[in-house]
Amino acid sequence: MIALGPGPDNRAAPTGNTGNANMAQAEGVQGEVTAEKLVTADGIPLKRSMQRAERRRKLMAFLLVAPLLAFLFVSFIFPIAQMMWRSVENPEVVNALPRTLEALEGWDGEDLPDEEVYAALYQDMVADQELPRQEQRTGPLAVRLNYELSAARSAIARTAFRLDRLEPPYKEAFLDAHRLWGNPELWRIIQREGDPFTASYYIAALDMTYSDEGEVVMRDEDRRLYVPLFGRTFMLSAVILGLTFILGFPISYFMSILPMRKANLLMIFVLLPFWTSLLVRTTAWIVLLQEQGVINSSLVGLGLLDAENRLQMIYNMTGTIVAMTHILLPFMVLPLYSVMRTIPPSYMRAAKSLGAKPWTAFRRVYFPQTLPGIGAGGVLVFIISIGYYITPALVGGQDGRMISNEIARHMQQSLNWGLAAALGTMLLVSVLILYWAYNKLVGADNLKLG
Amino acid sequence: MESLPPYATPLERIWFYAFRVICGLIFFFLVAPIVVMIPLSFNAQPYFTFTPEMLTFQAEGYSLRWYEDLFTSDSWMRSIRNSFVIGVSATVLATALGTLAALGLSRPHMPLKGAIMGLLISPMIVPLIISAAGMFFFYSSINLAQTFPGVILAHTALGTPFVVITVTATLVGFDHSLTRAAANLGATPTRTFFKITMPLILPGVISGALFAFITSFDEIVIVLFVAGVEQRTIPREMWSGIREQISPTILSVATILVMISIALLTTVELLRRRSERMRGISPG
Repeated sequence: MIALGPGPDNRAAPTGNTGNANMAQAEGVQGEVTAEKLVTADGIPLKRSMQRAERRRKLMAFLLVAPLLAFLFVSFIFPIAQMMWRSVENPEVVNALPRTLEALEGWDGEDLPDEEVYAALYQDMVADQELPRQEQRTGPLAVRLNYELSAARSAIARTAFRLDRLEPPYKEAFLDAHRLWGNPELWRIIQREGDPFTASYYIAALDMTYSDEGEVVMRDEDRRLYVPLFGRTFMLSAVILGLTFILGFPISYFMSILPMRKANLLMIFVLLPFWTSLLVRTTAWIVLLQEQGVINSSLVGLGLLDAENRLQMIYNMTGTIVAMTHILLPFMVLPLYSVMRTIPPSYMRAAKSLGAKPWTAFRRVYFPQTLPGIGAGGVLVFIISIGYYITPALVGGQDGRMISNEIARHMQQSLNWGLAAALGTMLLVSVLILYWAYNKLVGADNLKLG
Repeated sequence: MESLPPYATPLERIWFYAFRVICGLIFFFLVAPIVVMIPLSFNAQPYFTFTPEMLTFQAEGYSLRWYEDLFTSDSWMRSIRNSFVIGVSATVLATALGTLAALGLSRPHMPLKGAIMGLLISPMIVPLIISAAGMFFFYSSINLAQTFPGVILAHTALGTPFVVITVTATLVGFDHSLTRAAANLGATPTRTFFKITMPLILPGVISGALFAFITSFDEIVIVLFVAGVEQRTIPREMWSGIREQISPTILSVATILVMISIALLTTVELLRRRSERMRGISPG
């Protein structure tokens, strides 16, 4: 290595910072002039030697980050990308019915297909039954078609069961095996989904459906499920955001005007819930709010409430809102407090001495200065709450459910993974947009903990 | 505004006290639910409410039966063991990977810093249900679902952002001339790291590790999707407790967890102060 004087060394660290562009440029020019003449001990021009050192440093820095980056790519980013891929992937029909799809190519989509198509379907199903059990594709096909048309599973299962008894002409034989084979709707679905990629999971996730003419239309008002659920998720998150703001603002302000020692003491009240297990806090609210719980029993004990009409405060929307406000309040208080702490009290005094009433001084002088904190805390609370799963699942009942609960249901119970992936992707995109806004507002580097 | 000025109008006086009452109520809202559970976990009756005996402080109103229940139950004890095994393993992995990455990120020569930082903290941003869904498919496909390594790797991924953030924060204002001096005096980079850098960033590393531990210790969504019966952790056991047969045993677990979180909170706070002292930033 070469020993350098006060050249463009580490000490001029914030290179790439455009704010210092002029300075850096001036320094660069100066460095260039001297570098032309200077040579290192082993005869390499100083400039090149320095570039090499710079490259090596970059490589070193990157190598330090590389293990974690590689780990996260494999164990986190790739799985999520794979899950998102599932929302458009559509191999079932293509794999199970290659001959049928080929025969269907010329079909007009109006009347039932010809005998030729039914014969191809027969061949496909026979070919499938000859495969080893694990590789058979009729099962996934039946499940897949059932998402689109609810009797499809039984039609395929029953036909497959009777397959060895089917004889030409196949059209009649199939119609005889299950009446659904005489429904042009099923054939239209097979034709539509006979593509390795599909938009149908997103169409379902947006509460849309195909009309008889093959156009994408909104479902009937009373059969819409996911759009209202997204709406409710955003509405609940907004209510929770509003409540955390209303509750968080006064205590943040109060702590910011106290001397540091007292404020730190009060901070324990905020940090204790922050550090307490999520399930413990949810349990606490169940203990308090349930019908035989502490609040109801106290009200009955004090004679304020009849034993028969105990308040229903949990397993509904109220339960979700109360418990989540409690859980997310520290996320609002912490950024808000750290911003308020930096606002000089002299500004308010100045406003008052210039004749402002307390309210005017607060509204025009103090409040605008807290906006960065409100923005940071607000986006944080909102991001966390729209993806919340545990608390709504435990205390939300039916009308306190959020979109995450629906994703979990499709993952674990209905096993419609494509739809779960489509809903998940939509949720993820909303969160990423909000996060991007958060980044613009405060910068991810300024994220503070505890 | 900390104390009332002598020239305050009556209205200001009323507001001064009203504001303090409001703040008191909000602090009460924050802490009361957690505090209420603690006496209830000593309830002699299987109820979630204060019995008349408890309210009059009679000894027979209180008992340790739910704690006894907890410590004699196989499934609870297994879940406690699992939580620590998974938590500690994930913490060690996350701390090692996260500290290295933070060291790299804090170097002035790091290329693409913003983008990489964004990627590294993404496990903290992505809703857990989405991470859980993704990992469920991925770990099932490589036969790691319902195994300890699967859960540990998943929790490691969730814990790393906390380590990266806390260690990066400690490295802000790190005096690089110290490591250069060490190199100048002939220390190898490894020796410099363990003798110079490590002691200085240790508070950040430890508090990052604590965050990673509590993340794993408190995590349930991933456990619900990726873990099997053998890997049930404390939150997972509480989850089934709440959903299936809610008994005050849960409150005794909750009380113990609150104690643990108080201990962790104190540790992190002490570390933060120590770190600020060592870096010459006076605490407030």
